[in-house]
Amino acid sequence: MTQRSLLEVEDLRVRFHLRTGLVEAVRGVSFKVGKERLGIVGESGSGKSQTARALLGLTPPPGEVLANRLTFDGIDLLAASRRTLRALRGGRMAMVMQDPKYSLNPVMTLGAQMVETYLAHTRAGIREAKEKALAMLEAVRLRDPERVFSLYPHEASGGMGQRAMIAMMLITDPDFLIADEPTSALDVTVQQEVLRILDALVDERGMGLIFISHDLRLVSSFCDRVLVMYGGKVMEELATGNLSDAQHPYTRGLMNCLPAISGSAHPLPTLERDPEWAR
Amino acid sequence: MIDIKDLSIVFGSGRLRVEAVKGLDFHVEEGEAFGLVGESGSGKSTVLRAICGLAPIARGSISINGNKVTEPRGRQFYSTVQMVFQDPYGSLHPRQTIDRILSEPLSIHGQRDQDLRIVAALEEVGLGPAYRFRYPHQLSGGQRQRVAIARALILNPKIVLLDEPTSALDASVQAEILNLLERLRTERGLTYILVSHDLAVVTHLCRRLLVMRNGEMAELTDSSTLRRGQPASAYTRELIRATQGFARAKALSAVPRRICGKAADPLNSAEHMHSGGKNTRPRSP
Repeated sequence: MTQRSLLEVEDLRVRFHLRTGLVEAVRGVSFKVGKERLGIVGESGSGKSQTARALLGLTPPPGEVLANRLTFDGIDLLAASRRTLRALRGGRMAMVMQDPKYSLNPVMTLGAQMVETYLAHTRAGIREAKEKALAMLEAVRLRDPERVFSLYPHEASGGMGQRAMIAMMLITDPDFLIADEPTSALDVTVQQEVLRILDALVDERGMGLIFISHDLRLVSSFCDRVLVMYGGKVMEELATGNLSDAQHPYTRGLMNCLPAISGSAHPLPTLERDPEWAR
Repeated sequence: MIDIKDLSIVFGSGRLRVEAVKGLDFHVEEGEAFGLVGESGSGKSTVLRAICGLAPIARGSISINGNKVTEPRGRQFYSTVQMVFQDPYGSLHPRQTIDRILSEPLSIHGQRDQDLRIVAALEEVGLGPAYRFRYPHQLSGGQRQRVAIARALILNPKIVLLDEPTSALDASVQAEILNLLERLRTERGLTYILVSHDLAVVTHLCRRLLVMRNGEMAELTDSSTLRRGQPASAYTRELIRATQGFARAKALSAVPRRICGKAADPLNSAEHMHSGGKNTRPRSP
């Protein structure tokens, strides 16, 4: 189903020059994404979030991003001016963060934040922006869009906040969405619902999606392709849901150490890390 | 060993009154690992907190070994019951060394041989004496949770209350902590109450478990029933399905409409989408 790659990444490196020395968080990651769902899985410190941030130019200082190629729809993201980047971010590329409690502005209502996003990227009037915001809130299946529109982030529940953030990110009709652990702070049943919304949006809009998570089972059941990351590198790439075909010992180890309802070994097998993987 | 009868817990009053737990009954045998499962807001953690005196009991009773707990809990209570909290980043004092963290319960209870016991406690949770004089920020999440477990066990309690002990940890570290908890329970004959939102974790450690929803019991079941996939309530079935990852299309009908709001089928939700979408073409097969 990959027609044309929307995003091309070749040999991406993210480095931090710290007092204690050079820390390389991402070490040579390459992938291409078209209008599909790409999953990136890894444990904490594997560089998955830094990869996503680098794509949007959100690497915090003193971070340094290097790549042979980093293009979005033909635009070189590394050479692009700040102005171009600003127009792309939130406009054609958007990112949904992990925790709605921390990533929304606490002193603005959800609706005001959505309107602000829309006005920043289009030449629309307030009234149109508001209508669009309400339509988006409805698209993410919030029951009472008018009410949610006027809520402050702390007044919304986790699932509500996360859905409002997805709505906010999609209000500009992006071609590409990066979702960094969008469901980790949510309950399992709400999680399913948020995934279903994302799934439907990818299908209906032909959007590209990078879905980042630590949950191997979830990602492999949701995405078309999965990259497994460890120590800043891609360990292996898996096709849709074929977890049982995983070849790399790291992926297999990760899968085995999860307890299962259908019965698991006592004690659970633990993951033996091979220093060779991170080399 | 632990008897909970008609327990209700209420926060606030008047307009802000919230009944977090509504008339809950359960019994935990000595040496058993008992699980409490539910989503956030189901009251599962509140039950644990009420047992150790961190939440007010509005009605009902909690008895340990046949004795009703006193208000406030005495020193005797805390030498029998200890708790491990969810977030190892938040539950250890950031400016105290591991040594100080572990010696505090010993000092409070006026116990001797602190030196020996601290070394032994660290050893037992798989941390060498090298960790003794470090600060929490110098340890990884898994190591911190090991310290929290050592702190709970250093008074040789009979009952350990575990509030989401692995939910802040990576999958591989979770396996190590679960193995540690299981080994300690068999070696010391401990009684556990494990609270988790993860059904797989609970069924791994516990034989009997209680599924909670909105402060009430949804189902009292056991791990072998779940293993066979025959829970009595639809809610538990839904929780089981959710642990198996995302299920596209086919499973949609299995999800109660109540949870999905008005539209359970994303394929029909096109009408909810705004009209001005520029790429609303269907996904090619």
